[in-house]
Amino acid sequence: MAATIEASGVVKRFGKTVALNGLDLVAEHGEILAVLGPNGAGKTTFVRAVATLIQPDEGTLRVFGHDVVHEPGEVRQNIGLAGQFAAIEPAMTGRENLEMVARLFGQDKRSARANTTKVLEQMGLSDAADRLARGYSGGMRRKLDLGASLVGSPRLLLLDEPTTGLDPQSRIDLWDAIRSLVDEGTDVLLTTQYLDEADRLASHMVVINHGKAIAAGTPAELKQSAGRSVIEVAVRERDDLAEVAKVLAQVDGSDPHVDESTRRVTLTVEGGIELLRGALKHLEALDITLDDVALRQPKLDEVFLALTGRELEEEEPPKARKGRGA
Amino acid sequence: MATATLTGNKASLSASTFVIARRTFLKFIRTPQLVVVGTVQGAMFLLIFRYVFGGAIKAGGVSYVNFLVPGFITTGIIWQGMMSAGGVAEDYEQGFFDRLRSLPIPRAAVLTGRALADSGTQLWGLTIMTIIGFGIGFRLGGSVANGILAFALIVLFSFAFEWVFITLGLYAGNAQAAQGMSLMLVPFTFVSSAFVPVTSMPGPLQAVAAHQPVTYMVDAVRSLVLGSTENLGHTSGYYVVRALLWSAALVLVFGSIAVNRYRKG
Repeated sequence: MAATIEASGVVKRFGKTVALNGLDLVAEHGEILAVLGPNGAGKTTFVRAVATLIQPDEGTLRVFGHDVVHEPGEVRQNIGLAGQFAAIEPAMTGRENLEMVARLFGQDKRSARANTTKVLEQMGLSDAADRLARGYSGGMRRKLDLGASLVGSPRLLLLDEPTTGLDPQSRIDLWDAIRSLVDEGTDVLLTTQYLDEADRLASHMVVINHGKAIAAGTPAELKQSAGRSVIEVAVRERDDLAEVAKVLAQVDGSDPHVDESTRRVTLTVEGGIELLRGALKHLEALDITLDDVALRQPKLDEVFLALTGRELEEEEPPKARKGRGA
Repeated sequence: MATATLTGNKASLSASTFVIARRTFLKFIRTPQLVVVGTVQGAMFLLIFRYVFGGAIKAGGVSYVNFLVPGFITTGIIWQGMMSAGGVAEDYEQGFFDRLRSLPIPRAAVLTGRALADSGTQLWGLTIMTIIGFGIGFRLGGSVANGILAFALIVLFSFAFEWVFITLGLYAGNAQAAQGMSLMLVPFTFVSSAFVPVTSMPGPLQAVAAHQPVTYMVDAVRSLVLGSTENLGHTSGYYVVRALLWSAALVLVFGSIAVNRYRKG
């Protein structure tokens, strides 16, 4: 059976900008693959290429074995797309929106209606189904948009930053909705710049930067690549940070990373508890008030920093237009 | 979605065109601003031309109200078409076209559906303007059948001009730019036979005005509703054939530009 997505050396240029620069990636059946990267890394461009909205300049891109350039019709029959903006019609009800998309998938009236009812229920929108979507909250719109990408029963769901701009509760609701789909056998490709999102949803991750895949694996594998554990020390007074960093540098690990704003010093270590014990011994010798000392798994932003030397952006700047080159 | 009904084949051109047109139509009737603003604007300008400028304009042979109303209603398709350009730009900008382009439907369906629905919704404005036209003193000079034929022609012309506006909307990138670009079509309404006789214009302008599509369309309508072509110079057939040729040319040229642009995304 062909891989869900198979990208090999995909290049896409927009004028002088190289959005995808030889991207290689494989998504197997049964995976939720998260494409993770900062703004401008090429995430959206990749999703648009998989969705047959743009054609790669070089390389090959296959979806269920169908080439996106030569067999776009076959690809379209197998995918559902939810872009960065909720592409729903505000002047139609939730039900009308979904029935419209179902009809465009070639379903007859009866199955369009049945599938719509099912998807509305799945998205938790049954109660709001017959209200105009213009009255929906941001979270409901996103869910309806996700529903629209599902109503054609696609084998592959493409989600481009599905929770950007949502409040925390709506994000969690949407995650639950996405997870329930995968339980039913739909493959998912999602892009995100939220690490916790990739961590909580994805079975596999690809980190991309400057249009290239720089790392791939399960979340656990990627975390390992940044060192096995992290020692994190929080101090009461900001002035003490330098002193603590100096002491921790004696511990067998990476160079300590100082974060002024959270008054924390972190370093990754290969060992475990015995190194923490050593670190504590050094720290006790100082006359410094510590708020917290912890030994923990690395977070994905630390993985990203280790891989790229770049911090992931926490907040996305508002975009006037869908980032064609992003 | 293991238990969901299996999807059928590709949606056909006619079925998907209908589904898309329905959405545009529903959006129109459920957005009172669109319905009311367009109508009130149209009515206001019709009254201004009739009662403010009308007294100063000599239409030669016919009363100004009988001259104005067919011209005004025909050029109304351009004023109303601006909203289509805005709507298309909005769909493009907000990712609605991305969703549609990712679906297994014929590429021409989305824009054809739009053009059909927008010409359909123009019927509303056309009807209101026609009623107001009669209210302010317009009278049919020809048969009722010819009047209905003229009305049908206007709807057809609006479909042809729709493709110009759809093209503008696709290239504009956002709704405001689309409205701005559409304003460039306004000279076609004024430099035409719609509001004043072309013969009252200076030479070079007259040459432009006499041969541009809006003038043929206006004169085709006017010759049918006035029931006499002595002030126009040619028969109804002459104008109707030329107006139809222009319409076909607009659909062909702008239709292919628009569909090509949509395909590329």
